[in-house]
Amino acid sequence: MRVIEIPRSLDYRNIESLYDQLDSATAGPVLFDARRLRWIDPNGMLCLLAAGQMAAKAGSAPRISLPNQPEVTGYLDRMGFSEAARRVFEFGTGSRWRRRPGPSDVLLEVTPVTRNSDVHEVVERVQARAGAILSNTLKYPASAVVQFSVILSEVCQNIIEHAEGPGWVAAQAYNWKQRLGRQVAVIAVADIGRGFRASLEDEHAARFGERWGDVAALEAAFLLGLTRFPDTGRGQGIQQIRKQVARWDGLLSIRSGTARIADTPGWSSKPPIEEGLRAFPGAQINIILPERIG
Amino acid sequence: MNTTGPRAVRIDVRRLLRDTLAPLRPNLVTRPTGRAVRDAIERCLKGAAGAPFVSLIDLARVPVLDFSCADEVVARLLVKYQTPDRPLDAFFLFRAAGDTHRHTVDAVLGRHDLAAVCDLGDGCCHLLGTASEDEGVAWRTLERRRRIAPGGLAPVLGDRGDAVLARLAERRLVFRGPNGTSLALSAVASHRAHT
Repeated sequence: MRVIEIPRSLDYRNIESLYDQLDSATAGPVLFDARRLRWIDPNGMLCLLAAGQMAAKAGSAPRISLPNQPEVTGYLDRMGFSEAARRVFEFGTGSRWRRRPGPSDVLLEVTPVTRNSDVHEVVERVQARAGAILSNTLKYPASAVVQFSVILSEVCQNIIEHAEGPGWVAAQAYNWKQRLGRQVAVIAVADIGRGFRASLEDEHAARFGERWGDVAALEAAFLLGLTRFPDTGRGQGIQQIRKQVARWDGLLSIRSGTARIADTPGWSSKPPIEEGLRAFPGAQINIILPERIG
Repeated sequence: MNTTGPRAVRIDVRRLLRDTLAPLRPNLVTRPTGRAVRDAIERCLKGAAGAPFVSLIDLARVPVLDFSCADEVVARLLVKYQTPDRPLDAFFLFRAAGDTHRHTVDAVLGRHDLAAVCDLGDGCCHLLGTASEDEGVAWRTLERRRRIAPGGLAPVLGDRGDAVLARLAERRLVFRGPNGTSLALSAVASHRAHT
């Protein structure tokens, strides 16, 4: 059995360490060993689900071992990760993971997105919960809950309209006291659909000529607002999300294929473009919204 | 109000959602929802076929309006009714919920090079989307005066005044009667609206 080591901490900064261990050419059982896991953000959770799904697609039977620390499994339960993971991984006997408990302080649990009704549910759930977090924790104006809902709606629709495959969304607020000296909200969206390059190829590859590839496809969607649909009015979602995230001094990145593109605020050291990464078949969107200061 | 002006029809989109489309879905999000709402609006408008009319599309009670849905409900509706082969002689005025909707509606209109008259609940109407400086001046002047007879804009825009009003009428942003008098859509809607 192949064993994939999950690092002690898995968040948007090091998810590549997990993808690097995936080998789509090798079938057979795979164990995602999460025993040492101490900290994971929504990006890490969705990355883990996507990696498990990729392993399953490649013919492996993905299994997962539980974190040793009960507070970590409790947190993963509250975040809805355990429930989502049951649909991806095989669990060993005597699993300590439980079904999601009742209402909690979670901004948005790991939620599968496959249909438009899922988008409606995400928006309704967030509207009911996000107000207090956005205004009390992030110090955003009261109206921000609507803009926050719109961001979630548009990123989730991206899965349905462009990925043509299942995906997930999750969000939570954290205190980045040491890292940034501020509270943040982290939104993660991931799918293992066909990715930006394949989605745009038929319509736009020719105009990019030899430059066409994962970076060009991400630039086309992210910077130029191009989509596979020829009609005017399409492609606004990402453009408008970029504007709103920038107004909040946030970070927005999209990982697809072998590349990542990002709008990076001053507080982030992430480069605007990364290429030559391990191939990822779908897309992963990461949004980090920091507490407003001043 | 001159009785020869157009009628007005008010469509409460929240009620439309509740009664006909998705009783448990209060928000205007996703393209399929937007397409369904646009179809439902058009079905309502068919009842007003005949003479020209102003349709007041009331979005104010909709909590969340996303860009995809606004593109379908606002922009694509306007695109269809701006063409010469429009199915009905309809003009549109939107009522939205202040700045939370303003930004969304403005963005989707701009993407299509469109403009629309929008009541944002602050006591006056706004011209959102894409308009030239002259169009903006003419529209705001008409909005204040409610009606302008031919030549009535000359003190503001000189010889260009009538042509600019004609252009606004062509863009369905003002109503122009057979005698050349221009009427503000908000004036028509406020006097004649019924659901």
